[in-house]
Amino acid sequence: MAEWINTLLQGVLLGGLYSLFATGLALSFGVMRMINIAHGDFAILAAFAAIAVVEPLGLSPWMTLLVIVPLMGGFGYVLQRLVLNRTLGHDILPPLLVTFGLSIMIQNLLLVSFSADTRSLNVGELGTASVLLGGDVAVGVLPLIIMAVAVGVLVGLQWLFSATSLGRAFRAASDDREAAQLMGINNRHIYGVAMALAMAIVAIAGIFLAIRANISPADGPARLLYAFEAVIIGGLGSLWGTLAGGVILGVAQSIGLKADPGWGILAGHLAFLAVLVVRPNGLFARTRDR
Amino acid sequence: MSLLEAQGVTAFYGDFQALYGIDLTVEEGETVAVIGSNGAGKSSFLRALIGLQVAARDSVRLDGQAIGGLPAHQVVGLGLALVPEGRRLFPSLTVEENLLIGAYAGRPGPWNLARLYALFPILEERRHSPGTALSGGQQQMVAIGRALMSNPRLLLCDELSLGLAPIIIRDIYAALPGIKAEGTSVLVVEQDVGQAMRVADRLYCFQEGRVSLAGRPDELTREQISLAYFGI
Repeated sequence: MAEWINTLLQGVLLGGLYSLFATGLALSFGVMRMINIAHGDFAILAAFAAIAVVEPLGLSPWMTLLVIVPLMGGFGYVLQRLVLNRTLGHDILPPLLVTFGLSIMIQNLLLVSFSADTRSLNVGELGTASVLLGGDVAVGVLPLIIMAVAVGVLVGLQWLFSATSLGRAFRAASDDREAAQLMGINNRHIYGVAMALAMAIVAIAGIFLAIRANISPADGPARLLYAFEAVIIGGLGSLWGTLAGGVILGVAQSIGLKADPGWGILAGHLAFLAVLVVRPNGLFARTRDR
Repeated sequence: MSLLEAQGVTAFYGDFQALYGIDLTVEEGETVAVIGSNGAGKSSFLRALIGLQVAARDSVRLDGQAIGGLPAHQVVGLGLALVPEGRRLFPSLTVEENLLIGAYAGRPGPWNLARLYALFPILEERRHSPGTALSGGQQQMVAIGRALMSNPRLLLCDELSLGLAPIIIRDIYAALPGIKAEGTSVLVVEQDVGQAMRVADRLYCFQEGRVSLAGRPDELTREQISLAYFGI
């Protein structure tokens, strides 16, 4: 029994990491109606950037967040203003193609710079520390921290969207680009800010991933797939849905892994398909069809 | 110097020319109406003024400053606001949020939430409803209020009466004196000639992308207007 509870808890907490990956994707789709194929690669890029600075700057892996997250945010803003804004329009293909190209470029850039070896960020004992909840039930401290950060990011975004002028501008630009301009909103700048946020959040996800596991330059697309699944399970356009989607995916993978080490990933995909069959719009989709 | 001075404004949709050199002025404190049939170029003209349509820099001047062809978000910051045709409220924003986003550009001026709720009391009652859950007339009030929140020097209104019952149209136009009283000038585009004649200090009639008639409502005869409006 305790074994199963452990499995479930691990799955739920793994959902925190998946949710962090998915939030940036949901944000750029929600505000710009743009699907970013390079999303997973940006996470891996941020992780390798953290690995690159951790020794020369003598930082702890946690401190790299303070350096890499703002850097990736700034990079996101510039990328959106200079490249991605030019791909936005009535046709959804150009952003797909351009971000697909970016994905290939980033993977190869990382391959050239870091080789194909797997790397990770070492946080010492904290990486394996756990809290005993009673009986034989225990949870890892690191997954708990990641889940707390994921929830914190969602709370912050919820507040931003519902209570600030910037959040209203995000929603307005998402509803009707032209009418938003009539409010004095510079859509190009707003999209840049949204991408900066998405990129900052996915940088957090990438660094956490490198703390939790080994990463290699080609890991981005798999991360993108999980993020997609979490977003779609939760429902396009729903922020908290990404957490639910991430948790469902995480739990399914943990249960699958427990049944057989080879079944973890498969179980996640099966859960995704099952949700698609029952609720094609996801669990918490906004009902408004556009 | 006129508040708004449009000189030789043209507009194209691909190869199709919608406007052939429109000259029009609005003085400070004035209400000016543009009438004309469907496709006369009225909406294209407003879109050119606000920056949603390409225009030559010198063809539009606001208080002497050339603003033609500037992006709409900049033009709004300089003191023009448009109530677009079809109202275009933001569905994911409540009534109050729709109004608040109007103030995004942050221009100082007389208009704020309290002043707007005094002008349209029903909006205060419905302030937490989604903007698109309101009746057509109430949505039009939100659209006008949203534009006023940017504290424009000149308010551009595109077909306020479109799709609304006559009694509702009367209510909407009843707000016009209150808007003028705050020093906001108004340029309305209307298909309803009678309504335009009642509210306007001056009137322009468009026909096929050109000004076919201009003057004060009390100086124009029915025959003149009919000729300018229909071309027959």
